[in-house]
Amino acid sequence: MNLNQLTIKEAREGLRNKQFSSVDLTRDCLTQIKKHNSALNAFISVTEEEALMSAKKADKSIEDGTSLPLLGIPIALKDLFSTKGIKTTAASNVLRDYIPQYDATVVRKLKDAGAVIVGKTNLDAWAHGSSGENSDFGPTKNPWNKNFVPGGSSSGSAVSVASDMCLAATGTDTGGSIRLPSSFNNVVGLKPTYGRVSRYGIIAMASSLDSIGHFTKTVEDCATIFNITKGEDIYDATTLPDATEDFYKNLNKGVKRIRIGIPKEFVVSGLDPEVKLLFEKAVNTFANLGAEITEVSLPYTKYGIAAYYIIQPSEVSSNLARYDGIRYGNGRESFGDEAKRRIMLGTFTLSSGYYDAYYKKAMSVRTLIKNDFDKAFEKVEALISPVCPTYPWKLGEKINDPLKMYLSDALTVTVNIAGIPSLSVPAGFSKDKLPFGIQIMGKQLSEDLLFQIGNSFEKETNYYKQKPLLR
Amino acid sequence: MKIDVPHVAILANLKLDNKDIVKFEKQLSEILNYVEKLKEVNTEKVDATSQVTGLENILRKDETSTSLTQEEALSNTKSQKNGLLKVKAILE
Repeated sequence: MNLNQLTIKEAREGLRNKQFSSVDLTRDCLTQIKKHNSALNAFISVTEEEALMSAKKADKSIEDGTSLPLLGIPIALKDLFSTKGIKTTAASNVLRDYIPQYDATVVRKLKDAGAVIVGKTNLDAWAHGSSGENSDFGPTKNPWNKNFVPGGSSSGSAVSVASDMCLAATGTDTGGSIRLPSSFNNVVGLKPTYGRVSRYGIIAMASSLDSIGHFTKTVEDCATIFNITKGEDIYDATTLPDATEDFYKNLNKGVKRIRIGIPKEFVVSGLDPEVKLLFEKAVNTFANLGAEITEVSLPYTKYGIAAYYIIQPSEVSSNLARYDGIRYGNGRESFGDEAKRRIMLGTFTLSSGYYDAYYKKAMSVRTLIKNDFDKAFEKVEALISPVCPTYPWKLGEKINDPLKMYLSDALTVTVNIAGIPSLSVPAGFSKDKLPFGIQIMGKQLSEDLLFQIGNSFEKETNYYKQKPLLR
Repeated sequence: MKIDVPHVAILANLKLDNKDIVKFEKQLSEILNYVEKLKEVNTEKVDATSQVTGLENILRKDETSTSLTQEEALSNTKSQKNGLLKVKAILE
C-alpha cells in the first residue's frame, strides 16, 4: 500500500509514530498525480515545489513536538479558492493568468492547521455545471470509468480524493456541486449549513446559496476538516457565531432510535431502477442498525429546480458583473457559453418589469421550500435520499441540452435553498461498477448528527474501501 | 416566454454573434418555459426569503487594518500608469 492511499486519521498516526515523514507522504501523492493526471485532468495546477517545501517544514515541526490537526497532510484546493501567489483560475479563460494577493479564510485556516497544499483542482468554470465538462481547461474524467462524467462542479476535487492524489480536497456547493461529484466518485462530501464556513476569498457564484465544504475518504476525516474550516469570520458577514464542538464525541454512538425520514417526493419519479434498489438497500441498513424509518412529505420539492434556476442565475449575473478585464483578468468575451447563459438568464429575471414575476416569486417559493424542511424536522431528526436520480452519465451526453443538465440537480438544490447541511456518503455501485451515494440532511447546524449517522452507515458498509482501478 | 437575447446581452455587457443569438434564444426560452411552473404556486401571503439563517445587522468594529499595497493591488492589471489603473476614456 502506498502512503497516498491512507486516510487522514491513518496518516496522522503514521506521522506521529515516525513510520514515515510528511515528505514521503507528499511525494507519494505527487507521484500519483504525475501518473494519472494526464488521463483524469483533475488538477489545473500542481504545486510540487511549494508542497515539498511545506512538507519539509511540517516534518521539522513534528520533530519539534508540535501537534496540529493537519500537520503534514497533503490536500488539494478547488481552483475557486484564492491562494496567495498561486494561480487561481475558476477554470475560466477570464482568470487564466490571475494570481491572488491573499489567501481565502479557509485556505489560511487549513495552512495554519499544518496542511500541505499539492495543487488546485479542475471544475466547471465558475462552478457552473453538474458534470465537470464546462471547464475551459478540459473536462475531468471519472476514475471509475473514463468515458463517464465525474459530476460537477467540484469535479477535480472529488476525483483527486477518489484516485488517492491527496487525502482531502476542498469544494463549494451552491446546488449540489460537492454532493454530486462525491456520490459519482465513492467519496464523502459535506455541504455545511449556509454561513457556517467563511466564503471570503472564494470566487462567488450565488452568494445566498454558496456553501464551502470538502471531500474526504471517510466521515471521521470529514469531521476533522470541518472542525478547522468552520467558524465566524469578520470578512464574511453571513458567517454564524460558532462555539467549538467536539465532532468526535458522538461519532460512534450509532443510529439506534434516531428518527430518519424518507422524503417521498425524492423517490417517486425519475429514479433509475438500479438507484432505487440501492437506495432501498441503504434504508434497510439504517433500519437494521436500529434507526426508526418513516416517510415524510416535502410537497414543494417539485418546484426546487425552477426556483433555483431563477435565484442562482440572478445572483450569478450580479457576481460576474465585476469581471470587466480592467483591474485583473481578461475581458467578458472570454466567458464560456454556460457563464453567458447564466449571466443573461439572471440579467433577464432581475430586469425591470420581470423582477416581481421571476426573482421575487422564486424568493417566496424559497420560503415554502424552507418551511417544508422545518415541518419535516419536527417529526424526524434527519432525512435521507439518493444524491442523484441516476448514475454518472457518459461524457457529452447532456452537454448540448442545458435544461436536461440542470435537472440532474433535482435532489440537491432544495438543501441549498433552505440553507441546511447535507452529507453525501458512498452507498454502493451499479452492476457496471459506477458509484452511488446517499445524502443525509439535517436541520441547520446539525452537522454533528450527520457525522454520527454517516459514520454508522460507513462502519457497517465499508464502501469507501473500494478503489477505482487506475491504469 | 420568448427572451430578447440581443437586448439582454447589451444589459449584461456581453458581445454575441448571430449564431450565438439563435442558440441562446432557443436554450434560454426552454429554461424560462420550465421555470414558468412557479406560477402554479400561490405565494400571495408568503414573505420572500433572501437570508436563510436569520442573521440581522451584522457589524464589525470600526477599526482600520492592513490592506493590499498599491503594488499588490495593481499586480494583475495589464494596463497601468503612475501607479494607477489606466482605463479608456468614457467621456469625450
